[in-house]
Amino acid sequence: MSRPVRTVVAALALLAVAATALAAGADLGQAEKQPTNWTAITMFAVFVVGTLFITKWAAARTKSAADFYTAGGGITGFQNGLAIAGDYMSAASFLGISAAVMVGGFDGLIYSIGFLVGWPVVTFLLAERLRNLGKFTFADVAAFRFEQTPVRVFAASGTLVVVAFYLIAQMVGAGQLIKLLFGLEYWIAVVIVGALMMVYVLFGGMTATTWVQIIKAGLLLGGATFMALMVLWNFGFSPEAMFAKAVEIKTGLAASAGKAPDVAAKEGFSIMGPGGFIKDPISAISFGMALMFGTAGLPHILMRFFTVPNAKEARKSVLWATTWIGYFYVLTFIIGFGAITFVLTNPQFLDAKGGLLGGGNMAAVHLANAVGGNVFLGFISAVAFATILAVVAGLTLSGASAVSHDLYATVFKHGKADSASELKVSRITTVALGIIAVLLGIAFEKQNIAFMVSLAFAIAASANFPVLLMSVLWKDCTTRGAVIGGFLGLISSVALTVVSPAVWEATLGNPKGSALFPYASPALFSMVIGFVGIWLFSVLDRSARAQRDRAGFIAQQVRSETGIGAAAASGH
Amino acid sequence: MDDDLTARIVNDPRYQELKSRRSRFGWWLTVAMLIVYYGFILLVAFDKPLLATRLGSGVTTIGMPLGLGVIVFTIVITGIYVRRANNEYDDLTDRIAKGVLK
Repeated sequence: MSRPVRTVVAALALLAVAATALAAGADLGQAEKQPTNWTAITMFAVFVVGTLFITKWAAARTKSAADFYTAGGGITGFQNGLAIAGDYMSAASFLGISAAVMVGGFDGLIYSIGFLVGWPVVTFLLAERLRNLGKFTFADVAAFRFEQTPVRVFAASGTLVVVAFYLIAQMVGAGQLIKLLFGLEYWIAVVIVGALMMVYVLFGGMTATTWVQIIKAGLLLGGATFMALMVLWNFGFSPEAMFAKAVEIKTGLAASAGKAPDVAAKEGFSIMGPGGFIKDPISAISFGMALMFGTAGLPHILMRFFTVPNAKEARKSVLWATTWIGYFYVLTFIIGFGAITFVLTNPQFLDAKGGLLGGGNMAAVHLANAVGGNVFLGFISAVAFATILAVVAGLTLSGASAVSHDLYATVFKHGKADSASELKVSRITTVALGIIAVLLGIAFEKQNIAFMVSLAFAIAASANFPVLLMSVLWKDCTTRGAVIGGFLGLISSVALTVVSPAVWEATLGNPKGSALFPYASPALFSMVIGFVGIWLFSVLDRSARAQRDRAGFIAQQVRSETGIGAAAASGH
Repeated sequence: MDDDLTARIVNDPRYQELKSRRSRFGWWLTVAMLIVYYGFILLVAFDKPLLATRLGSGVTTIGMPLGLGVIVFTIVITGIYVRRANNEYDDLTDRIAKGVLK
């Protein structure tokens, strides 16, 4: 009991240090930082103290590796649905999509639909099979009937690469956001996120991570609902009136920028239909595939299916998750239009050039101020910070399980590691990942990281998803096919992203038009490479191991379909 | 799980029924989702003016209810599967389990 108490004290001390540093930073009066927002800081501190008490409670229940990885399998479908939704509703999607709607209107909706449509596919093809076959990580499922070592090494690589890119995007986002919202130095913000996340994961494991995620999801959904209702209330709950006002404002802005009246009218109306977001059909389809199938290959999401007691609850959790996420995207759409009508015309939120104070991603934050005043602004800022914290904790936990459960316990100890030593390795890995995340976050401060989340989705869709789907559904799949095909998908998705315009030109600074791969997302090609690789190297595989791999399918299928013999809610 | 138990389940006609019914239903719904989503994306890619057509005298376009419709469809189709799986398929699974584990 004394360790969690010390943890709380240490974290409070950290906050105090942060607050002092913050005051010092504010005195320097850096231009790009916002004035210190004490309401936001107080609300965030309340959130942190509350979640640390939960961590303390969770720490008392986290005794075995099963508790650490899956909260002992005791989470209900409804709770898990909220936690999955929380993992998915990152600060990037809250601030990014509402900003995309504010800029492009309808285009923002296309983006959010892409993020949503992967969920039914996860439900129909994977959710219950994952629950019936797996124990702690998705590698348990992918390696079920195969030779453990190579498949686990692949799955751990796929997990760590996806987690790394996702983590960098979140850390850099956190640093920038907090600099703007709280008036903190970039590196201090990154260190606070890293330190708090480590506390949650180290002591509370999956139980604390899940509850932090559930609370944050509730706060985010509540806050976004209030904002959307306030916007709609101002228009007498008529979407048409809101759209009409938004078109009028966009037209006015175009006209005052010196456009001819008919051009301005056309530009104003362009927010009501698809615009420049999707330029060519190949990019459109490729991007859509990355979003749709990437969802089914994100390790920190897949891991959540093992926290529920059975297949029935696993299905319920995806239905709840899909409902909350869909609802959330409707809200962000209204918030984006609200930002057009309330923020874009209010000089309070604009800089000298007519841009948003603090950058384009601040649309939802300024709207919070416009509809709810300073207190609500503080609330939304605190929720945005909490969101990053919760997502980062989930990512770290899934990275730590890949190292401790897949690499340490299965590959190095050949399945003979005891629960205590496995738990120790996952805690050491958590600290290591936390430090790496902070260092990468600082190293990437000035980089354009906008592509990183979509890269994480593309890799998940091209490496993790094909191996998972083929191993579960295709009887002739073999160890060799899964590993070679999986690595081909992994390597090709990373390589094609590096030579795509977003990285080759925008980030690496090569001349425009020099990118070898012209499309926005590699998924259409790298997914095909992954699937064909698995198929080809399985069909060509004539080894003795391949015989056993194929022979094992019937037993695997029986368990995946019926759940008979599946890992029960362990421990309690 | 031992081979004997696996063999008994595989030879149970109810298991074969469960497997084929559920996988057929799952794939049909997957295809439906793919058609709806890629139909929407192809409209965006090839017929932008259609989505930007005004519905009435106001500014609301066809794209708005269509986009919202895709979101609602996604939730509803997930609900349909979960409802059926949690009742019909789970009942069948329970009967198979009772049959082979007694």
